[in-house]
Amino acid sequence: MRCAARQGWGMTSETRAHAAHQFIEALPHCRALSMRIEDIGEGAATLSMPWAEALVGDPRTGVIHGGAVSALMDTSGGAAVLCHPSEPVATATMDLRIDYMRAAKPHQRITARAVCHHVTRSVAFVRAEAFDEDGEGPVAVANGAFTFERRKGAGA
Amino acid sequence: MKRPEPIQVVKQRRDAALRALIEGVPYIQYLGIEFDRRGDELTGVLHFDEKLIGNPALPALHGGVTAAFLEVTAIVTLSWAMLWDDLESGQLDAETLTFETLPRLPKTIDFSVDYLRSGLPRDAYARARLNRSGRRYASVHVEGWQDNRARLFAQATGHFLMPALTDGGA
Repeated sequence: MRCAARQGWGMTSETRAHAAHQFIEALPHCRALSMRIEDIGEGAATLSMPWAEALVGDPRTGVIHGGAVSALMDTSGGAAVLCHPSEPVATATMDLRIDYMRAAKPHQRITARAVCHHVTRSVAFVRAEAFDEDGEGPVAVANGAFTFERRKGAGA
Repeated sequence: MKRPEPIQVVKQRRDAALRALIEGVPYIQYLGIEFDRRGDELTGVLHFDEKLIGNPALPALHGGVTAAFLEVTAIVTLSWAMLWDDLESGQLDAETLTFETLPRLPKTIDFSVDYLRSGLPRDAYARARLNRSGRRYASVHVEGWQDNRARLFAQATGHFLMPALTDGGA
């Protein structure tokens, strides 16, 4: 996903949480999947999404499609990059690999926690894990590389 | 020599099987994905809709939508290849075929998406190639494009666990 912030998300937890909330509210696909911000830290974001009939990938089991989990992981990854302390102005997913460990339990909320664990002058590296409510090990884990666009004049 | 079947019979059987495969999956309907069929070759078509937008400022398709579209195309192409022989030999009866009577869908083990340019707010297409399709595992490559077939906006590779055969074999 490609996203931009007019300015950095700020350093205090209040400004970050506010910016993150506005960010997700403005994205139509995130609204369509009823995504919600659970927690925002320095270079870390936790987002969740409820189970829904429309997202089912196999009607015999009611298990949510992997693609919907990707959307949640990708969004949390982008949010984790935007709230990195070096305050990038924009980011876009370059590459995202998801490993599906097990089926998410039907009718349970899915929560993804992403951490932007390293940034270079123009690249951000992200790790993410997704859990259902049972919490017995992740449903899926992801690794991604995102573009990292710094404000003009900001030091590397 | 056996006379070839009339074309309408062949088309009807193949289209009915494809419909049974697609219509059973709510998420495919939700995203608005359809499949174009030419012989055994499938092209996924993602019909543009406002709810698929990630960034409204550009605007661009949500990266998760792109990933989902490529993953759906990979799974459907893989299932279709798995069905094809039984469908053509008449072992699967297309008349009575429903999602419930079809073999289970392959399960994604991992999926890696390479985003090449942002997805524009218009229809997108995808075609999958089976790198290898074994009894238990398969490797699939998918390419996605919009206006020009040669200008991909995303591509992906994934590994899939094949469903156990209906006779109980693993």
